[in-house]
Amino acid sequence: MHARGHLREMAIVRRAGLWGVWTVVIMTMAVAEPAWAQIDFSGEWAMLTHEDQPHRLPGPALGEYQGTPLNDAARRKADSWDASLLTLPEHQTMPHPSTYGFRGPSNMRIQKIVDPRTQQVAAFTMFGTFGHEQRVIWLDGRPHPPEHAPHTWQGFSTGYWEGDMLTIYTTHVKTGWIHRNGVASSDQTTMWEHWIRNDEILTLVNILYDPVYLTEPFIRTTNWRLAPGQQLGPRRFDPIDEVAGHPKGYVPHYLPGRNPYIREFAERYGIPFEATRGYAESMYPEYQIKLKQMMEAGSGQNQPGGSAP
Amino acid sequence: MIKPLRRPGVLAMAGLLTLVSWSERPTAQIEVVPVIGNGPPPPSWTPGAVTRTDGIEILPVQGNVYLVVGDGANIVVQAGEDGLIIVDTGGGTRSEQVLSAIRQRFNRVIRFVINTSADPDHIGGNATIAGAGVTIVGGGAGNIDPGNLGGAPDGAQIWAHENVLRRLSAPTGGQPSLPFAFWPTDTFFTEQKQIFLNGEAALIEHLPAAHTDGDVLVFFRRSDVIAAGDLFSSRSFPVFDPARSGSFTGSLAALNRLLDVTVPDFKQEGGTYVIPGHGRVVDESDLVEYRDMTTIIRDRIRDLVNKGMTLEQVQAAAPTLDYDGRYRATAGDWTSDRFVEAVYRELRPLAQATGRGNAASRR
Repeated sequence: MHARGHLREMAIVRRAGLWGVWTVVIMTMAVAEPAWAQIDFSGEWAMLTHEDQPHRLPGPALGEYQGTPLNDAARRKADSWDASLLTLPEHQTMPHPSTYGFRGPSNMRIQKIVDPRTQQVAAFTMFGTFGHEQRVIWLDGRPHPPEHAPHTWQGFSTGYWEGDMLTIYTTHVKTGWIHRNGVASSDQTTMWEHWIRNDEILTLVNILYDPVYLTEPFIRTTNWRLAPGQQLGPRRFDPIDEVAGHPKGYVPHYLPGRNPYIREFAERYGIPFEATRGYAESMYPEYQIKLKQMMEAGSGQNQPGGSAP
Repeated sequence: MIKPLRRPGVLAMAGLLTLVSWSERPTAQIEVVPVIGNGPPPPSWTPGAVTRTDGIEILPVQGNVYLVVGDGANIVVQAGEDGLIIVDTGGGTRSEQVLSAIRQRFNRVIRFVINTSADPDHIGGNATIAGAGVTIVGGGAGNIDPGNLGGAPDGAQIWAHENVLRRLSAPTGGQPSLPFAFWPTDTFFTEQKQIFLNGEAALIEHLPAAHTDGDVLVFFRRSDVIAAGDLFSSRSFPVFDPARSGSFTGSLAALNRLLDVTVPDFKQEGGTYVIPGHGRVVDESDLVEYRDMTTIIRDRIRDLVNKGMTLEQVQAAAPTLDYDGRYRATAGDWTSDRFVEAVYRELRPLAQATGRGNAASRR
């Protein structure tokens, strides 16, 4: 090929390439979705229980409160709790509240609700956890309900983006629980959450503030893995009469100081009773030093330093 | 060697089409779904459903029933084409604002007022609010109101249990605490009174010796909402007045009666809503928690009484400790100490009658 002709053809190619590139750039700007610094949480998510597994699936023992910043009122309430309460029809069909649901069986489906006009994500719905509850995280800037509005198991949640992380604020929860052994959360609890997705792993950082039962914010993390094949079916919760002969209004509970099971956990594992009582200091790593000192000093499980149940 | 490109525009168009194709590739997770689960959220959660006028807040609760907040005790409105039923009228210090907010929101005639007790913060607006209403007289008599039911222009009927009238009117010849315009115009002495308006039955049920001796609950059967008055408060420990024949035992019985009437929706949420005399709207599970608390406190104090403890010893044992953060009051007419004392004084004679609780007197 003649060299001059070759240069001419190369010039045509370059011009065509530039034209094409500019066309692609311009049209891409025209058709591509705007960057909202958001990430899509939609999908089926299977729980990962590598963290705190004994506490989450088998469940905590009675009196096992360590690592939880409880006040005296919370300890009294938890010590009074009798699992027989769950035999009452009015207690049987309660699902886990949002203050706890992600810790139990928590396979879930996240969907996003898109405003059909603006195509903005207006909300995420989360379906699953124990009881197959549906929770809504509103992202459309709506206000929280007024003070006199009813509370629900999942509460009222609004979210906003911090980069790729979704931050959620929840109010209007019912009186519920944060452990499955009677450790309660009040209906004054507010909850902050941070949802973070790294490819197929979803991480939740959950922070509870409860002026009634906690002395400090209570922080937990939980993980899920994307599971496209997962199917969550319906789950029925039907109350039935399990125990006959109770008088009307019967409420099982332990009177203060008379729960015979509160020390079992400490005795089984040979740790000081005080260490199981759920003081804020037991959340922090340096508590190991105090724990070691207590055990060396012989303040065993039969020498409670905390408030007696 | 690079082959010369004769039709550069074709390539660009192909690229464009490819991009468009990618951008519209359906993603399984992106879809518009209705918000469902345990039924739709309560109407009061819907933006714009709550109105605020001059400090008076009106929340839709369920069906035809609304909650009015801003003048003492909660005020409940059942609204429809035939007019309004108002349950309790608040403290009376802001009755004109309450009336204005109700008129603005509903634009209907007030047909009935129902008082759940004789408490001043429940009947304080009777004169103003009932006075602005119209009593249905039927037969076309006095047919002056814009509705088609006929009516007399001298105010709406005020219904209450007869003990409410007895408290307000001082029938033994004493000086009434409030003028005639505040008194119930119609009373009943049976267990139940029924009213029908707006295609809905309102069942008024007397619960004796609870908060006082004149308390009623009002059950709007179709809307599935109960106005409970001071039979229940989501802000305080149970409030009862022994001086007006109220009792702790009756209050607990009233809570269990409320639980008989309420039916929860799926997973113990929603269903029947209960509007307390004070505080937020609740459903059965909230009421269960409150009933459980009341029962537990009863059992604890009874146990301490049976041991023969004095009132001071019972107070020191903190029988309400786990609920103090939620309900404790240190000021006002009904402090938590007064609550414990009232429970103690009610349970102690029962313990003594059964041969228990005499240790203190023996010392």
